[in-house]
This record gives sequence, C-alpha cells and structure tokens, in this order.
Amino acid sequence: MILVALIAVLFVGGLACWLSERFNPSLPRVIALLTVLLDFALMFSLLDAEGTSTWVAVFEAPWISRFGISFYLAADGLSVLLLMLTAFLGAVAIGAAWDEVQERSGFFYFNLLWTLAGVVGVFTALDLFLFFFFWEVMLIPMYLIIAIWGHENKNYAAMKFFIFTQVTGMMMLVSILVLAYFHYLQLGSLSFNYHDLLNVSLTGEMGMWVMLGFFISFSTKLPSMPFHSWLPDAHSQAPTAGSVILAGVLLKTGAYGLIRFAVPLFPEASMAFAPVAMTLAAVSILYCAKVAFAQDDIKRLIAYTSVSHMGFVTLGIYAWNEQALQGAVMTMLAHGLSAAALFMLAGGLQHRIHTRNMPDMGGFWPKVPKMTAVAIFFSVAALGMPGLGNFIGEFLALIGAFQANVTLTIVAAFGLILASVYSLWVLQKVFQGEYNNRGFDDSHLTDLSRREMFYFAAMMIGLVWMGLYPQIFLSMSEPVLAQLLSESAQTMVTSLEGGL
Amino acid sequence: MTIRIADLLLILPVLVLTGTAVLAMSAIAVGRNYRVTAFITAAGLLIAALSAVTLMPKTNQQVTPLLIVDPYTLFFTAVICLSAMFIAVLSYPYLEGLDDDREEYFLLLGVATVGAVVLVSSNHFVSALLGLETLSMSLYGMVAYTVHSQKPDKYPLEASVKYLVLSAAASGFLLFGMALVYGQTGTLAFASLTDMSESSLGSGFSVVGLLLIIAGLAFKLSLVPFHMWTPDVYEGAPLPAATYLATIGKAAVFVVLLRFVEISEALSLTGILAVLSFLAVLSILAGNLLALLQQNVKRLLAYSSIAHMGYLLIAVVASFYTEGRVGIEAISFYLVAYIIMSLGAFGVTSMVSRSDCERDTIDDYRGLFWRQPLLAAMFTAMMLSLAGIPLTVGFIGKFYLFFAGVEAALWPLLASLIVGSGIGLYYYLRIIYRMLEPADSSDQSTMSPQLSSGSYGVVLCLSLLLLGLGIYPAPVIDLIEAISTYV
Repeated sequence: MILVALIAVLFVGGLACWLSERFNPSLPRVIALLTVLLDFALMFSLLDAEGTSTWVAVFEAPWISRFGISFYLAADGLSVLLLMLTAFLGAVAIGAAWDEVQERSGFFYFNLLWTLAGVVGVFTALDLFLFFFFWEVMLIPMYLIIAIWGHENKNYAAMKFFIFTQVTGMMMLVSILVLAYFHYLQLGSLSFNYHDLLNVSLTGEMGMWVMLGFFISFSTKLPSMPFHSWLPDAHSQAPTAGSVILAGVLLKTGAYGLIRFAVPLFPEASMAFAPVAMTLAAVSILYCAKVAFAQDDIKRLIAYTSVSHMGFVTLGIYAWNEQALQGAVMTMLAHGLSAAALFMLAGGLQHRIHTRNMPDMGGFWPKVPKMTAVAIFFSVAALGMPGLGNFIGEFLALIGAFQANVTLTIVAAFGLILASVYSLWVLQKVFQGEYNNRGFDDSHLTDLSRREMFYFAAMMIGLVWMGLYPQIFLSMSEPVLAQLLSESAQTMVTSLEGGL
Repeated sequence: MTIRIADLLLILPVLVLTGTAVLAMSAIAVGRNYRVTAFITAAGLLIAALSAVTLMPKTNQQVTPLLIVDPYTLFFTAVICLSAMFIAVLSYPYLEGLDDDREEYFLLLGVATVGAVVLVSSNHFVSALLGLETLSMSLYGMVAYTVHSQKPDKYPLEASVKYLVLSAAASGFLLFGMALVYGQTGTLAFASLTDMSESSLGSGFSVVGLLLIIAGLAFKLSLVPFHMWTPDVYEGAPLPAATYLATIGKAAVFVVLLRFVEISEALSLTGILAVLSFLAVLSILAGNLLALLQQNVKRLLAYSSIAHMGYLLIAVVASFYTEGRVGIEAISFYLVAYIIMSLGAFGVTSMVSRSDCERDTIDDYRGLFWRQPLLAAMFTAMMLSLAGIPLTVGFIGKFYLFFAGVEAALWPLLASLIVGSGIGLYYYLRIIYRMLEPADSSDQSTMSPQLSSGSYGVVLCLSLLLLGLGIYPAPVIDLIEAISTYV
C-alpha cells in the first residue's frame, strides 16, 4: 500500500500545484517541495520494513484480467536505493527551478512531479505491462518540460527525445508481448507478472531477438552508443531542473531495466550478447569522452560525459558478477548526484550570463569563488577521485569486468584518463585564466546564494558518504544482486542439462 | 419468409432511427425550427442507442435473410447511434449561423445512421450494399451541405462531387465482385463462399470477385492505394460531415468487412492474405508519411485515419492465424478507441469553427494552451491517444493490435506498425507543440470564440471516456471478449 501512496502522493501533488497557481504564482513550488519531501519521508518507512524477505511492501490488485495483467508493485533493496535517489534529486530539481521558472510555474511543477511519479512507478512495477505503462507515462511530462521551458532549439530536442524513447519503447512492448505469449504456450496462461515470466524459457534465435527488444529500449534510455544522440540535444535544451531529472533519474531507469529485466529474463541470450554489449560500453566510454572534449556548449559537454560514465554501468551489468553489479549500482547513485550537480552549475551559469558557450567564458574564479569551489569538487568527483562515490562505483565495475573480459576492461579503463582531461579542461576554460567577458552581460554574475549552497552541500555530503563508507549502500543492494545472480545461474544450468 | 412482430422488436433500433427521420421530416414540413429538428434527431439517436443496449443481453437471431441481430451487431449499433448523437450536438453550433436552410442536415444525419446500422447488421450482400448506399447517399448531401451558402469557408461542392464520383465507381467494383461471387455460388449470403471448394474450376472467378469486393470496401475505408479522395473530401466538407465520414463512415464499413471475411472464410483463399497485408503496410507507411507534410488539421487527420485503418487491417490478417478470437477483439476494441479519439479530435476542431469560418490550419491552434487550457488539454489527450501513448484508450487499442500481431507472428507487419507509429508521433506532437507556443498578443480575437456548452459537454465526455478506458479498460475488454464470439 505504501508504494501506491508513494505514486499517488506525487500525482495528487502535481494536480495541486497546477491548480494552486491561480491563487498565488509562488505557491506551486512550495507545494511541490512539500510533496517530494513527504514522499521522501514515506520512503524511510520502506527501510524499516526490510529484513524479512527481499521484497518489501508488495501490493497487488487485478487490473485487466483478460490478459492476466495485475497492478503489481513491489520494492527491494535496489528499488529502495533508486527511489531515494529519485526523491532526493526531485527535491534538488525543485530547488534548481525555484527562481529560474517564473512563467506558468504551476504547470511546470505539475509536469515535474508527474515525471517523478512515472519514475517511481518504473522502479517499483513488477508487472511488465505496468512497467511499460509507467515507462511511457514519464515521457509526456518530460517532453512538455523541454518543449515549454527549454531553450532556443527546444522543439527539435523535445521531439527527438520523445521519438527515440517511444519508438524503442514499442520494440520493448513487442518483446514483452512475445514473452507473455510464450508463457501462455509453455505454462498455459497469459501473465505479465515478473516472477511468472522468469519461468519462461526462450532460447535460440527467438530469445536473442526478444532480448534485443529490451536491450535497445533500455540502452536508448541509458543511453549507450549508438542510441545516444538524443541526449546531448535534450540536455542542452532542457531547463536546469529538467536536466537534473533527466541525468540524475531518467537515465537510471534504463540501467535499472537492464539489471532487473533484460538480463534475468534472458540469461542465456544475454550471456551470448555480453561481448557485444561490453564492446558497445567501452566504445561509449571512450568515444563520448572524446566527443565531450570537443564541445563548446557546456551542457552538451556534461551530457556527453554522462554517456561516457553510463558506459561503466553497462560494462558492469554485462560482466554479470557481484562486484561488477555493485559497481554499476554505485555508479548509478554517484553519477546521479554528480551529474545533477554539474547540470545545476551549468544551468546556474546560464541563468546568470545567458550563454552556455565556453569560449566566451574564462577567469570566473575571483568573481564567483564559491561556485568555483563547488565546480572543482564535482568535477573531481566525476573524474573518479578516490574518496568520492564515483570512484567506488567505477573501480568496482572495472574489477568485476576484469574477471569477465580482460581486453575490454583495459580499453575501458582509459576512460578514466580521458575523464580527467575533459573535467580539468572545463575548469580551466571557465574558471581559470584571465577574466574574460566577450559578448555577454556580466551584471548578474553573482556567487552562489545560500539556498544553492545548501543543495550543493547536500549532494557533496552524499558523494563523500558514498566514497568513504559505501558499505551501507552496498549492503542494501547486495542480497538483491546475489539473488539475481543465483537465479540466472540456475536457469543456465537447467537449460544446459536440458540441452544434454 | 414473413416478418413477425417479434422480429420487428429485434430491429427496433433501425425502426426508431427511421421513425426519427420521418418525424424530423414532418416537423420540417409543419414549420422550420432548427432547435426542434436537432432535438428530435438527437433524442431519436439516443433512444435507438438505448434500445440496442436493452436488447443486447439476450438476442441472437437472424431477422429475414438480410439482417443478423446478435450482441455484436447491437454493440456497434449502440456505439454508432451514440456517436451520431454526439456529432448532432457538435453540428448544432457549427451550422447555427448558416445563411441557408439548416434543418435538413439533421435529416441526412439520421438517414445516414440508418445506413450505418444496417451495415453493421448485415451478413448478406444485399443488405451490405443497401446499407452502404444509404450511408453514402446521405453523406453526399452532408458533405455538400453548405454549398448554397453565400460565404462557405470550404469547397463543399468539389468535395461532394469528388466523393460521389469515386464512391460510385467503388460501388461498381463492389457490385461486380458480388456478381462474380454470385455466379459461383448462386446465393448472396456471406456464408455462401464456404461451400466452394478451392479446386473447383471457378475458384479463379471467386478470387477475382473477392478482390473486387475488397477493393470496393478499401475505397470506403480509404486504404492506400484507394485513398486519393480522402484528404480532399475531408478538407472540403463542413467539419461535422467530415467527422461523420471519418468515424461512423469508417467503423461501420470495417465491421461489415470483418464479418464478411470471418463468415465467408475468405482469408483462406489464395492470395487474399497477401493482398490485405500489402494494403496494410502501404496504408500505414503512406498515410503516416503524407501526414507529415500537412499544414491543415483536417487533411492531417485524414491521412492519420488512413494509417489507422492500416493498423486495423493487421488485426484482420492476424485473425486468420490466431486460434481464439483475439483478432476480432483487437479490431472491435480499436474501432471503439478510434471512434472516441477521432470524434474528440474533430470535435475540438469543430468547436472552435463555424460554417463560415473554419479554424483548420495548425497555426490556428498556436497558443491555445494558454487561452483555453482545458480545451487544449483535451485536444492534447486526443492527439496522444491517436499516437498510442499510455493513460489513453489509444494505447490499450494499440496494445491489443500488437498482441494479436505477436500471437499470429506477423513480424513484418508489426515492424511497419512500429515504424508507422514512430512517424505518427512527429505530426501529432507538432500540433501539441503549436498549442504550447506562446500566443501572439495581436490576434486576441481568433481563438476565443463562444464555445457552446453542448459541444463542450460532448468533448469533455469523450475525454473522460478516453482516459477512463485508458486506465481501467477491463469492463469494455470483457464485454468485447463476450460479444466477439458471435462474429
């Protein structure tokens, strides 16, 4: 029931934001913040409930009985970690939008909260129809956020984002249907239930195609090469809060889908496909790091680094051993915070000087010392400095991947070097050197406000915590990942025996 | 065969509709009154729908060799009558300012509905043709209705003549096909084809006959390559007439096509499946691609309806391969969804238009979201539903189609469905984006017409249906599952 409440609170809060704009234009942001904080508070009750079994707070109700579809929500340690990330970054995004979004604020927060509701649904749905339902529900509000409050080329970016995700989403829908239909053929009833579908054995060419339906959809959202081209456009055009949600949360739904669905449902096909997926990951890491270095637009640069970092997640997932998966999960969490913070910084700069073009900037350090300090912290976090969360994630992912594929891991590890190159390069371009004011009005170039410092501080604490004492996060996801590993190993063994 | 009183009861919806038309005509003869005529028609349509609903649970009977009255017939009778009533309500404010006699429009609308209801009840070539012609004849009149107006906004005469000529040609195809089939079997009932053996000398004749019948029906459904008339007629016709053509005109023909291929087992004849698959892929791709180029909402909806008919054909092909009735269920559900969302989309367009001033370019909708938030939100919902996005009935419909396609393993057709829907997103989103753009402050007057409360109620009702069935479709799915066994 608590899971239903988590989603319902966001939906209702969104409506309340929209309606409250009539009375006072500054009311929606307060309501939105309170809604997200309430949701965050509710999530803590999930932490207490843990311990008895892997699944906590299960809720199931019949929905469309014709197809064996039920409204089935459940959460385990992995979901809870991601849910908390969602609520935390939701609050951060509202903070980022606090002053930036003045026009039609009610409708903005409505969309923001509905996006979050969709994401919460994705992280908790265990009926594949319901999962797909939420998967698509989060698209429309995100589309509207980019299309209404975005920057100069927003129509193109929003459209590209929507079409990429929707078309690949339909491929996943077909895959889900094939899976459900095979459940009907093999076990005699239609079902979209995750636990039921785990029993379906799809082998050979069919299994590979169906797995690819999931993989393409998830790796578009992640994104990974070669489906990443929507992301730089969407990020550079989205308002800051949109970027925060997009980088921090929406991308993670793709990784979550791979861990929860794509690999466990098709262990054999995934293992056969793993070398390809890991190669794509390594290429993503290196290629997008290189492309990031070539950008002038600061938000595009950060977007490409996101793709590069997400490569470590794919690498970890397809190595499919415990360390690698732990690494993938840690990277998801840490990158969620660091990318969100970097986008907030870029958005903050744009809000102040109305440009994202780096060649125009330079020598901001004396003007905005606090901002510089924050930027250094998060750049260093993103490049994988030991002691911060990203290092733990990428290090574990690489250790795990090393056991699965030595060559690709060595190649991918060069990504860490490239990460330092582009991160430090940004710092040098924007904050160091001579102060330089070419063609923009610097009268609003003020240092971070107290409210902004508060948000950045919260994210810093999170990253330091992850870096110095990651055990608390690892122990939450550990039983889940262990179970996924043992289940897929079992399936592999039985199918091998069947083959003999 | 004599007709008994009990049989008359079974065709009560048709009788009510005919009576309504006669009553409306008499009322016009006594004295012209726009309001009264509209009211008589709307009330008659509602009563017909209600009578169909009350008959539905326990009726399954052939009435004369021509009409079959079973729950499937009655379900679609109710759907058609309700949609016609909605269209009548939407027409009222649209035609109110017409500088010509306005009352006969409702007469035509009532008669067209008689045709549509006969069409969904037919399992015989004669009744199918009668129904089709009754429907088409009335539609010629409706499409040309504003022709004598001094200031018609569109080209009703061009549209009507184009529709008349091409539609007559299509009827010719249909008749010739029927004649060929009759030459083989000696009866005109749909079931007659099942008696023919594939090896008989004349099977070539019957395949040609069937292909001609399919071509005739494909014209009415505007499947590519028989679609040329559609955008021109939609654009030229007054909006309510275009609405009728796009919703009831399509759905009724599709029901008869479905019944025909199911009863006659036509799909098992050589080549028919290939032809239908070909038509489906062509319609999906051509419809969606051509819709990309449109600046006019009516033309855009015309091309999108071509694509939607293509989607539906996939389920027809699938119904041959699937063991259960899932293909028929998918078609039935999608038809209902299609009627809801097309009625809604056309409904919003006709709400902001009048007979002398139609707002049908995409630019007319610029900034609607900030001037008429609720109206724009409803229009957005309709567009998203046409695009097949969750929370709307269009998604459940598409899900059904995908399901039927997967069960029948029609991978190439499913691929074209995905590609088509992907292209479709672009033009639906373009309309939505235009509504989201800031409004020009200069043209305050353009998009704030007086919205009639009746039309508002209809569109609101459709939006609620759209969302309600999108979120909790189980009751309708169960109903359709039950009635699909009768086809």
